[in-house]
Amino acid sequence: MLDQLSWKVGGQQGEGVESTGETFAVALNRQGYYVYSFRHFSSRIKGGHSNDKVRVSLKRFRASTDYTDVLLAFDQETIDLNVGEVRNGGIVIADEKFKPTAPDNVRLFVIPLTKIAEECGSAIMKNMVSLGASACALGLPVDIFTEVIEERFRRKGQKVVDQNMEAIQRGYDYMKELGGADPEFALKPADGTKRLFMMGNDALGLGALAAGVRVMPAYPITPASDVMEYLIKKLPKVGGVVVQTEDEIAAMTMTIGAAYGGARALTCTSGPGLALMMEAIGLSGMTETPTVIIDTQRGGPSTGLPTKQEQSDFLAALFGTHGEIPKIVLTPATPEECFYVVGDAFNLAEQYQCPVIIMTDLQLSLSKQSTDILDHKAVKIDRGLIASEEEATAAQSHGEFNRYALTESGVSARTFPGMKGGIHKVTGVEHAENGRPAEGAPNRQNMMDKRLGKLKDVEIPGSVVRTGDENADVVLVGIGANHGSIAEATGTLRAEGYKVAHVHLHAILPFPTHALQQAIAGAKKVVVVENNATGQIKHLMSFFGVQHPDVVSLLRYNGQPFLPSEIHDEIKGML
Amino acid sequence: MATVKDFRNDVRPNWCPGCGDFSVQASIQRALAALGKEPHEVAVISGIGCSGRISGYVNTYGFHGVHGRSLPTAQGVKLANRNLTVIASGGDGDGFGIGLNHFMHAVRRNMDITYIVMDNQIYGLTKGQHSPTSAHGFTAKTTPSGNIENALVPSQVALAAGIGFLAQGFSSEVNQLVSLIEQAIQYKGFSLVNVFSPCVTYNKINTYDFFRDNVFNLEQLEDYDATDYLTAQRAITEHNGLVTGVIYRNDNKVAYEDQIPGYEETPVAQANLELSEDVFAAALKEYA
Ligand SMILES: Cc1ncc(C[n+]2csc(CCOP(=O)(O)OP(=O)(O)O)c2C)c(N)n1
Ligand code: SF4
Repeated sequence: MLDQLSWKVGGQQGEGVESTGETFAVALNRQGYYVYSFRHFSSRIKGGHSNDKVRVSLKRFRASTDYTDVLLAFDQETIDLNVGEVRNGGIVIADEKFKPTAPDNVRLFVIPLTKIAEECGSAIMKNMVSLGASACALGLPVDIFTEVIEERFRRKGQKVVDQNMEAIQRGYDYMKELGGADPEFALKPADGTKRLFMMGNDALGLGALAAGVRVMPAYPITPASDVMEYLIKKLPKVGGVVVQTEDEIAAMTMTIGAAYGGARALTCTSGPGLALMMEAIGLSGMTETPTVIIDTQRGGPSTGLPTKQEQSDFLAALFGTHGEIPKIVLTPATPEECFYVVGDAFNLAEQYQCPVIIMTDLQLSLSKQSTDILDHKAVKIDRGLIASEEEATAAQSHGEFNRYALTESGVSARTFPGMKGGIHKVTGVEHAENGRPAEGAPNRQNMMDKRLGKLKDVEIPGSVVRTGDENADVVLVGIGANHGSIAEATGTLRAEGYKVAHVHLHAILPFPTHALQQAIAGAKKVVVVENNATGQIKHLMSFFGVQHPDVVSLLRYNGQPFLPSEIHDEIKGML
Repeated sequence: MATVKDFRNDVRPNWCPGCGDFSVQASIQRALAALGKEPHEVAVISGIGCSGRISGYVNTYGFHGVHGRSLPTAQGVKLANRNLTVIASGGDGDGFGIGLNHFMHAVRRNMDITYIVMDNQIYGLTKGQHSPTSAHGFTAKTTPSGNIENALVPSQVALAAGIGFLAQGFSSEVNQLVSLIEQAIQYKGFSLVNVFSPCVTYNKINTYDFFRDNVFNLEQLEDYDATDYLTAQRAITEHNGLVTGVIYRNDNKVAYEDQIPGYEETPVAQANLELSEDVFAAALKEYA
């Protein structure tokens, strides 16, 4: 009996690989297993190998495995490309149609997937047949799929539901006859705990809804588009709107306009779009207009590896704008954090009146995983300092509201167009307290101090989270989706008796120098794990004054996410 | 009720004496007063250029953003608060050079905002480079031996993009300009008032006299039918874009914000942001 299992389905893109993986994953998530799925896809719409790897376990893991127990192949290419990771004695289930062959160290089960599907009504149900066969191999009852199938096909009528269920049953029976139900592969039963199954992008969309977003201008780009597509469905329910703009410059400036107009406005992009937004992000900082930008990182530069994992926009996000503005950069690591971080981002943006960038990466954005139930009531809305009509009228100079009044904190009250008594000027040109252009040297210095001073002594709560051994020899520093692999590698190393800790960064601007310094203190070695070629986070640590005699990088920039075993092996090699 | 005076502030424009932009500013102020608007109900959004300074000179809410992006910024403001009168304004370089993409798409999108361009056929603020509306052969700092590019004709572009309200004015004809701006603001959808607004410092070709001699006022025509697309197109073509008056209007278009599914009548800027239990529960269910 297995505590955990790695199952993979592969075929040509557009062949139903995704829906097969999704149905399998959702069904198991509903049983209370922890499920983590990662999709491999090419930058093509149809054709090209794609696969969906699903890890199922009784314990929470947030990363894939380096092996596969069961491989479901819709074509020979899938076997050729993936059989190398099928463990010895592992199972390959393949369609009879393409006369599959596989090496001797695995057990090949050839099933007439397409033929059975056709008998049930249509060839497209071959994925259902394969799901039935998988269930049998894993000792799972077929009825775990019933609910999911009903929900998915209910709209198409009972007949379609029945046909699909029949296809699953027949796959199950066929596998049983082949003797594919091996107790060695059976999964231990789960406890039925209810969890969600979602990817980071879903959680960001939901988080935006909970945070009170009403305007979202954005331009499509992988892997960010889902957030926009999600909100296109949801914002009408709360009276809001998504605009697909002509480009990212429009998306960012429209976001600024809407925020200035009094809405909570959000835009979402990936590296190339972030690059285009830079001038406008400067405008947001200079005019103290609170905006939130989600950057779902992918392989760069230029069009780079648009469907592959990378974390290489950190320096761009921190330093990309011309000139100097206050800015906040948050880096969630899990779907739960993606959900809550949007509300935090808006609260921070409005409290400090500056742009806030939320950075995820392709792996976090797109990998679906078991997610704890989310609570929108825990998302508090704090709109920062807003002047009432009376306050605005009282705080006028030259007949205009002093929008940029110099205050102790550097934060001054806002008013929104439409409010009587609140009329003022906003300009990206250096300005006086009432917002009018003012180029004088003392004013320039005061205003720069005001803006930059807002975040001078701020460390975002929870920026640095440390787990693992108190007196660790090695501290692994990570960011974004690498949380899962690092946590798992740390766990394995500790179980092997090594003294290891995991320090994760949840915000990198204002850089949490103090908290990070404390978190790595005493370690013999610090290993910074990140998905880029130049060690951006490691550079940021030294740039922002984190001191340690032995800091090294563990980098991966081939487009693939880190696997826990890879981190484990690398660290072991350093010890 | 607000008067013209209420739309003035005490800022002295930094425009050169004689710059056409003064009249545009005065016309906007007169039009707003004539329409019975209150200063706080209006937002003027501009880009960068001499003309872009206009948002600072009218006593309304004003936002002076980055070069070429007044239109998306203005659309954002309108989306946040549909009750506002939103005016985007700036120069020909700002609007038809760096910002042309946004112009075409603002026309397509058709939000109820008014775009007023001060078209001086030159880059003023950067001291005299040719602009997208400079004629072929035009000499300027960046075209010392004459412009080898062809001029963009804003009215033609606007019409081709499918604009619902198109007018052109001339800085010297203030009464007409006020009326054009009034009609543009009243129009329910995206409207353009392109104004020939001479740069007296850098443009020695397209002077007040040049426009006086070359511009054809469509109001002279008794039977001009601005609602007829082909008529409008012919007028622009025959005069190489140098026409004034309401060139085209289409009252059958529906503004963007009136078509957004579920978009509330009350401005979203004033919405209660608490998410209802039902909406959230339904959203969660999709991931169960
Ligand atoms: C991104 C960017 N590029 C260039 C500039 C420099 N710049 C400022 S105004 C301007 C041209 C202004 O021309 P126009 O819009 O015709 O306005 P005018 O000054 O003639 O009224 C340029 C190129 C800038 N501010 N920003
Ligand atoms: S340079 Fe030209 S456009 Fe600019 S203010 Fe002077 S006259 Fe007007």
